[in-house]
Amino acid sequence: MEASTHVINVRDLVKKFGDFTANDQLNFHVEKGEIFGFLGANGAGKTTAIKILCGLSLPTSGLVEVAGYNVKTHPEKVKKSIGYMSQKFSLYDDLTVFENIRLFGTIYGLSTPEIKKRSDEMLSRLGITKQRNRLLSTLSLGWKQKLAFSVAVLHRPKIVFLDEPTSGVDPITRRQFWELIYQSANEGITVFVTTHYLDEAEYCNRVTIMVDGKITALDTPSALKAQLECDTMNDVFLKLTRPN
Amino acid sequence: MIVKQLWSFIRKEAMHIFRDKRTLVVLFVMPLAQILIFGYVISTEIKDARIGVLDNARDYSSRQVIDRLVSSGYFMVQDYYSGREQMENALRRGDIQMAVVFAPDFGSSMERPDGAQVQFIADASDANTARILVNYAEGIVAGYEIESTDVTNRRKKPLVVEARMFYNPSLRGVFMSVPGIMAMILILVSAMMTSISITREKEYGSMEVLLISPLQPWQIILGKVAPYVILSLVNAFSILAIGVFVFHVPMSGSYLLLTFVSLLYILLALSLGIFISTVAPNQMVAMFISLFALMLPTILLSGFIYPIENMPVWLQWFSHLMPPRYYISALKDIMFKGAGLFVVWKEVLIMTGFLVAFLFLSIRNFKVRLE
Repeated sequence: MEASTHVINVRDLVKKFGDFTANDQLNFHVEKGEIFGFLGANGAGKTTAIKILCGLSLPTSGLVEVAGYNVKTHPEKVKKSIGYMSQKFSLYDDLTVFENIRLFGTIYGLSTPEIKKRSDEMLSRLGITKQRNRLLSTLSLGWKQKLAFSVAVLHRPKIVFLDEPTSGVDPITRRQFWELIYQSANEGITVFVTTHYLDEAEYCNRVTIMVDGKITALDTPSALKAQLECDTMNDVFLKLTRPN
Repeated sequence: MIVKQLWSFIRKEAMHIFRDKRTLVVLFVMPLAQILIFGYVISTEIKDARIGVLDNARDYSSRQVIDRLVSSGYFMVQDYYSGREQMENALRRGDIQMAVVFAPDFGSSMERPDGAQVQFIADASDANTARILVNYAEGIVAGYEIESTDVTNRRKKPLVVEARMFYNPSLRGVFMSVPGIMAMILILVSAMMTSISITREKEYGSMEVLLISPLQPWQIILGKVAPYVILSLVNAFSILAIGVFVFHVPMSGSYLLLTFVSLLYILLALSLGIFISTVAPNQMVAMFISLFALMLPTILLSGFIYPIENMPVWLQWFSHLMPPRYYISALKDIMFKGAGLFVVWKEVLIMTGFLVAFLFLSIRNFKVRLE
């Protein structure tokens, strides 16, 4: 095992679906408390990689350690140490705000008083204490996403995986969302985030760019910009994904 | 902790069901509407069937036969005809359901060895009813024949065929439809609703979130189906209650056995629902598979409405693959004949076989999907 500061450790990860190689020899690690951006065009293999990291899919070969556990041999332990939020699903629309919190709190093994305490804290921090017993469907998409993130970190996981968390929300909400991400990172939660918005890549500590199942770049945003002589991450991305 | 997780998940599923008013209406009103419709409207009972008489004999015996037909309560004379053509037209127009034709020498020929001639011509465009009408009329005429001739003069008939309808002597349609409706509703609630509710989680993406969570796959599946088991049982018993108390359907067997067989069938339907959800990519497909692959065959091929014996042989073979067939057959045995486990063991065994097969397929498919 690598040094203990590595909460994610991936070595020679290969994932094949028949003849198609979705992930080709991935190598990277993520430090504790880091905000790690995972970029790539659609079909570049991001989702496959995130599924493997979350224990939802098994690697064809290679070593994948998350929160100190091998995903192949201890997927259950990995699942307990992570949080996950996907682009598609925020929370259940036909449950109230609190019922959603309680459901996922219980699933992640929190006790009832603990859930109550943490949900009160969370709701007052978000400023939606009044909406506690309203159906989720009455909230706007932005609020749903912020709430979904807060629920994903409710059990204080070591790592939270965010799969395109901000797709479809307005720029102001995106900013607020990133403030939440920073707060969690400050509390020591490692954030692994995939995104389509390249301005968001600038907010990350380090960024990976995947092209055709391979990692073509991995560094801090400023180092990448300097290395490729670009002004923005957008240019970096275009230069790497469309070399011509 | 595992129990607590599971319980919170079941509670969530129950909330989904109870907050969706439309589904709730479908779940509770539909079974009741079904049984009332089948009980009151679609009836294969014979009462006051319209008959026409072409009496070429016009004698005492022919009038006696007509009187008996009418007094049985099954028939009602719509018209008397003077010629065959007139009678056939009435039959063709549907004015009458059956014609009774007496030969000219009906009365006198009753004493002759080759017998008297009476003809029943039924409108077989409704084949089931036609058959029942003719059977009834034959029975009534046979009864008259025995009474009106003395033993010595009776025709040398070696045997009199007496068809009797056992277990449902008055051929009340609602008796037949109670087991059928139970089979249909349980398939609908258990298989369709679960397959839709599981595919909905897939469609919305929440399944991914659940699979990544510490919940085990079996907890997810169990949590999803548990509320439907209870709903299905409630439905089964409400249909049964209406059948027994409103329509006086006999229930001569053991309620315990009935519950056991129903539970087995519900589990079978649920495993079918889970299987469908592993195949269907979204709610729409799940619903169509449930409707066309489950509902229609249940209605058409399981002996619910059409007798299996009347089907072409290849369809009869096909109907062996319909799980509801065995449930309906077991229910009928238990309810009408008071049969015990020793009579329905074959059905129980076959349903258990289906259950194991679908569970096996679902687990295999579920794993494949996770890869």
